[in-house]
Amino acid sequence: MKTFVCIKYVPDTSEAVVKINAGGTAVDSSRFSFDINDADNYAVEEAVLIKEKCGGTVTVLSIGPKESEVMIRMALAKGCDDAIRIEDERIALYDPLMVAKTLAGAIKGQEFDLVLTGCMASDDGQMATGVALAEYLGVPHAAMVKKVEMLDGKVKVQRELEGGLMEVLELELPAVLTIQTGINEPRYAPIRGIRAAQKKELKLVNLDDLGLAASEVDSSASKIVLEKLYIPEVASTAEVIEGSDADEKAEKLASILVKGGLV
Amino acid sequence: MGNVLILAEHRQGAVRDITFEMLAAASGVARDLGGEVVVLLPGSGLDDLAAQIAAYGVKVLVVDDPLLANFNAEKYQLVLGAAIDAYKPSLVMVGHTAQGVDLAPALAVEKDLPFVADVIGLAVEGGVLKATRQLYSGKVNAQVAFKPAETCLVTVREAAFEALEPPGGGAVEKIECPLKEDIAYRQFVEYIEAEVGDVDITQSEILVAVGRGLREEKNMPLVEELAAVIKADLCGSRAAVDAGWLPHDRQVGTSGKTVKPKLYLAVGISGAFQHVAGMKGAKAVVAINKDPDAPIFNVAHYAIVDDLLKVVPKLTEKLKELKG
Ligand SMILES: Cc1cc2nc3c(=O)[nH]c(=O)nc-3n(C[C@H](O)[C@H](O)[C@H](O)COP(=O)(O)OP(=O)(O)OC[C@H]3O[C@@H](n4cnc5c(N)ncnc54)[C@H](O)[C@@H]3O)c2cc1C
Repeated sequence: MKTFVCIKYVPDTSEAVVKINAGGTAVDSSRFSFDINDADNYAVEEAVLIKEKCGGTVTVLSIGPKESEVMIRMALAKGCDDAIRIEDERIALYDPLMVAKTLAGAIKGQEFDLVLTGCMASDDGQMATGVALAEYLGVPHAAMVKKVEMLDGKVKVQRELEGGLMEVLELELPAVLTIQTGINEPRYAPIRGIRAAQKKELKLVNLDDLGLAASEVDSSASKIVLEKLYIPEVASTAEVIEGSDADEKAEKLASILVKGGLV
Repeated sequence: MGNVLILAEHRQGAVRDITFEMLAAASGVARDLGGEVVVLLPGSGLDDLAAQIAAYGVKVLVVDDPLLANFNAEKYQLVLGAAIDAYKPSLVMVGHTAQGVDLAPALAVEKDLPFVADVIGLAVEGGVLKATRQLYSGKVNAQVAFKPAETCLVTVREAAFEALEPPGGGAVEKIECPLKEDIAYRQFVEYIEAEVGDVDITQSEILVAVGRGLREEKNMPLVEELAAVIKADLCGSRAAVDAGWLPHDRQVGTSGKTVKPKLYLAVGISGAFQHVAGMKGAKAVVAINKDPDAPIFNVAHYAIVDDLLKVVPKLTEKLKELKG
């Protein structure tokens, strides 16, 4: 069993103030902390679980900056075997199809049974890369997978639909699966694994190494133009409960809830 | 030319709301492009569904074939691709749903279409089609323009557009299924219904909802005590369920339950659209979050911007005292 797992290094913006640059073309990410995308973390775990059950190897694939190597080493520490990091300024990263084409360039020509990705990146939320990647590779796929069972030459999966309904289907291998959060319990990297990860191969490649011309994946190849980014105007009508400290706010809220007959 | 083609979405015998929402989204675009709205409805045994959609005053192209009985992304991609070749629409709309995200990106690659996912707004400016979408869970909006192309493709976010009243007067036309035999590489097996738990949160009057902001399972007693004092049921975000703090039947949102309590107390939940979709029907929403920009505040009636680990115990204590 040969598996590729594609992971993305994303900023955690759940508690951060997000600012746009003056031109409205980029988010100022200098003060964000970055880590593996949530769904990708589950994809790594699933890849390692499959390897532990069926044997074989897992190759980590990521497009990202030098700093993302910390994340890649962590995946290696959890049991992945080697890694490829793609770095090239020319890739139109705002377009998931260009990202998928680049990833396909790194996989094509090699034998593989499975490619796993996260079903959504938390930063730009496209839910498109994995499914587009399958098409570039010319193999079947399933999106938002919550259960994987390897069969002979096939994989049986459960896709999570609205309301928690599961769609069970079978795909012929090789196939691409986009993994949904909650499919497993991602492990912590064991100390031994962390040491071993330092010795595993982590190859750095650019478009030329992948045999891709820039004009295949850059902003000229992309069929969309990211015109501007802006902070949406919100019409929040919430009554913000003020107070000198958390205690005072909590007490005020308690009174509001009781007086308003809400509790 | 100028037409908008919508891929109708249905499951287990019912048209899904996104279909009607896309009809609302499409009408303005079709007018600006100088075309009309056409709906493609693939499936099996579709007469009722076709009539229901045609009532919106549009032409429904029906591809009725037992091979299409259950959604299968690969087969539907073939059917939609054939319709694009035949009708050359300027814009194709697919839901940003479990069906749509499984199909649209592959179709975009196959047909080499300009593609924007999870669209919440569409406009034609100076003849150029533009889409609005969100990044960073709704903290940033992006305006994306399509380069000139014969056909563009979008997936449309659920509940981003409001369905209109059906005016009646549409038409149904049966077209041939381009698929002649079953495909082996992807086969539908069955649906498995979501598990039913001990409490049905869709019926709860008061809900305390917990999110990743709680940090650790060992903090669960904080919200359990709060819930006990106000006789609320506990529910949570997907992050809380994924972490194993709550069973899946307590998840609120698109892939969980849709709730409509009198009071919804969201604790440490950011308010991603997939979560909000499941709770925006609540009569009163209280949100406690330390991030003043958290999108949950856009749907809240009362907001506390502070550390939940400090607010919740005090809130519980005070409520206990007031309720005696
Ligand atoms: C196909 C699909 C379906 C999905 N379906 C659902 C669904 O049904 N339901 C759902 O909920 N999600 C769903 N999601 C996931 C959704 O996109 C979000 O990832 C999820 O809702 C985030 O959960 P959260 O708000 O608990 O966590 P986060 O987004 O991480 O937010 C945590 C919040 O806690 C706050 N916080 C942190 N510490 C504190 C503190 N000490 N005091 C106060 N506040 C604090 C932070 O400011 C932040 O706003 C789905 C995603 C996909 C891709």
